Amino acid sequence: MTDLLRFRDDTPTTDPVAAFETCCDQSNATAVRIEPGDDARALLTFLDRLTLVEVNFPVYGDGRGYSAARILREAGFDGEIRAVGDVLVDQLNNMRRCGFDAFQPNAPLDRADADAAFKTWPEVYQATTDGRNPIWNIRHGANHE
Amino acid sequence: MYKYDQYDQAMVDARVAEFRDQAQRRIDGKLTEDQFKPLRLMNGLYLQLHAYMLRVAVPYGTLNSTQMHVLADIADKYDRGYGHFTTRQNIQYNWIKLEDAGDILADLAKVEMHAIQTSGNCIRNISSDHFAGAAQDELVDPRPYAELLRQWSSFHPEFMYLPRKFKIAVIASDTDRAAMRLHDIGIQIVKNADGEIGASFYVGGGMGRTPMIAPNIRDFVPLDQLITYSEACLRVYNRYGRRDNKYKARIKILVHELGAEEYTRQVEEEFAHLLEQGIEPPIAELERIKPFFADPAFEDGTKTVDRSDPDFALWVDRNTHRHKHDSYVSAVVSLKPVGGIPGDATAEQMHLMADLAKEYSFDELRVMHTQNIVLPHVKIADLHALWTKLEAAGLGTPNLDQIGDIIACPGLDYCSLANARSIPLAQKISERFKANGKEDTLGELKLKISGCINACGHHHAGHIGILGVDKKGVENYQLSLGGSEAEDTALGKITGRGFDEDGVIEAVETVTDVYLAQKEDGERFLDTYNRIGMAPFKEALYD
Ligand code: SF4
Repeated sequence: MTDLLRFRDDTPTTDPVAAFETCCDQSNATAVRIEPGDDARALLTFLDRLTLVEVNFPVYGDGRGYSAARILREAGFDGEIRAVGDVLVDQLNNMRRCGFDAFQPNAPLDRADADAAFKTWPEVYQATTDGRNPIWNIRHGANHE
Repeated sequence: MYKYDQYDQAMVDARVAEFRDQAQRRIDGKLTEDQFKPLRLMNGLYLQLHAYMLRVAVPYGTLNSTQMHVLADIADKYDRGYGHFTTRQNIQYNWIKLEDAGDILADLAKVEMHAIQTSGNCIRNISSDHFAGAAQDELVDPRPYAELLRQWSSFHPEFMYLPRKFKIAVIASDTDRAAMRLHDIGIQIVKNADGEIGASFYVGGGMGRTPMIAPNIRDFVPLDQLITYSEACLRVYNRYGRRDNKYKARIKILVHELGAEEYTRQVEEEFAHLLEQGIEPPIAELERIKPFFADPAFEDGTKTVDRSDPDFALWVDRNTHRHKHDSYVSAVVSLKPVGGIPGDATAEQMHLMADLAKEYSFDELRVMHTQNIVLPHVKIADLHALWTKLEAAGLGTPNLDQIGDIIACPGLDYCSLANARSIPLAQKISERFKANGKEDTLGELKLKISGCINACGHHHAGHIGILGVDKKGVENYQLSLGGSEAEDTALGKITGRGFDEDGVIEAVETVTDVYLAQKEDGERFLDTYNRIGMAPFKEALYD
């Protein structure tokens, strides 16, 4: 198992991670792994029993996982969303903005590089579920819920 | 013109620092070329046939004289003394060294410019009407909306790895000068029956190997939902756009395969969901942006042109555009001298255009997607003085929308994807039609050349289009007729079998002869083609 970079206070689950198809009909799975082509919205009906969703990036250039993570967060999921696969330090920041809070790349990440990556942007333009108040709100003294 | 505040500046500065770090990690071997590639691409750095090419964004094609001076300085300092204005209203430098890229980006950042998202599978520079804020026929200035979209699309965390590149155009008049419906998203700012301003969305247009005209998917999006609706369009595309085949990955294919109705249904569903998320900027942000684009202090003055100098009169007729203030016009500086490279400008010419903008056009310039430069607000009283200075610098060619005003992609002279050369062909055609005097009798005729099926030269949208194809390792050109990128958007039809370089020049000559023989009163080439159809042209070409 490669190094896990995690930004949560709870303990990582040790439950087996079910594949997307089995998870959908296997009513007791608490951890699931989704591939780029899987519809994250199919998980919404049993989100409350999930503690971990792994989102696989077979190649870094396939950006579907970013939407998947945001969809889960927008639905109120507060379990762990872990990016696995071809995850590079240059993607961490955007992944974090989209709701990922754990990373387990094929090639281990340098913790210092990762910390530097998160400090790249002083502010952000867009509103996501990561709690950062976008520039266009700051300018007008508004807040993003 | 929009001015950065500390937030905008900090974002661009952060990007420069980030890129320096990435380049350093590449040099240190922490990144492979494969891993570095998408990162340099997101900063506009391509590897071409002979060197790196850097593409600098000119948001919605608007720039001031200070910025133009810096573009000239970069050409001098880091390139070979010239730059190339592109069909994306950007500028490209073709002879860049990787080691210099960080310094160039830093120079650009000092004048609020950058190369962010000028390549890669992300949302590219937003384009707009080059006469925005000046045209007599516009509803409002489209650029505040383009600026809001610029901010939203810059570093958007969800949409940096789309199936393919993504281009957005915003216009606000019924006359389309930005080829709006040939974009991934085309937005027209409109007024509804209640007199409210909103956005009409066209999605799924594009050129390339499968050209498509974007269907309208929503005729009115209220301004306080503009970003949310755009986000919905993008999310559906990011999730469902094809990733199995690079040539089928643009949104036009998704819209086409799902059908406009089903795509729209999915967007509306996503939109309803996203409205609950509160991601829309406060409407006050649009109000903050608008005054940056307020009219400059126009003054009443001469409204008529002294036509006693016929050369000047011809330039006025061809290269100026009606302005909303009757003492002004928009003047087009042609970067298409006879026999020249379309869109190229030397550092000296850029400095001169910057100086002229300062002196005669409220410090503003525009880049046209037809690879020319506009001085948007010139007093009619100043026109002769302006023209005299342009003429002296080789910038006064009176050929806007004439056969010599050719759009050509870089082609085989620079581009590693090319099948054939575009630039020498453009040069020969413009020389030929100048020498034989036909340019003057042909009137409006838009000729566009692409060196391969990627269609960077917009050949599908040319009244006459030329496409370089590879025929068993020999350069070969296909001819098409009847395309248009204006409000009557149409895709050209191929005439038949292709030609070699000399042959295609002859073929252009032949089709223009058919037009001249058949045209009726006041008809342009395109009108005649639309009336008589392909057959007479085909006959003249192949029988
Ligand atoms: S059309 Fe083809 S040859 Fe021309 S610039 Fe684009 S990719 Fe290169």
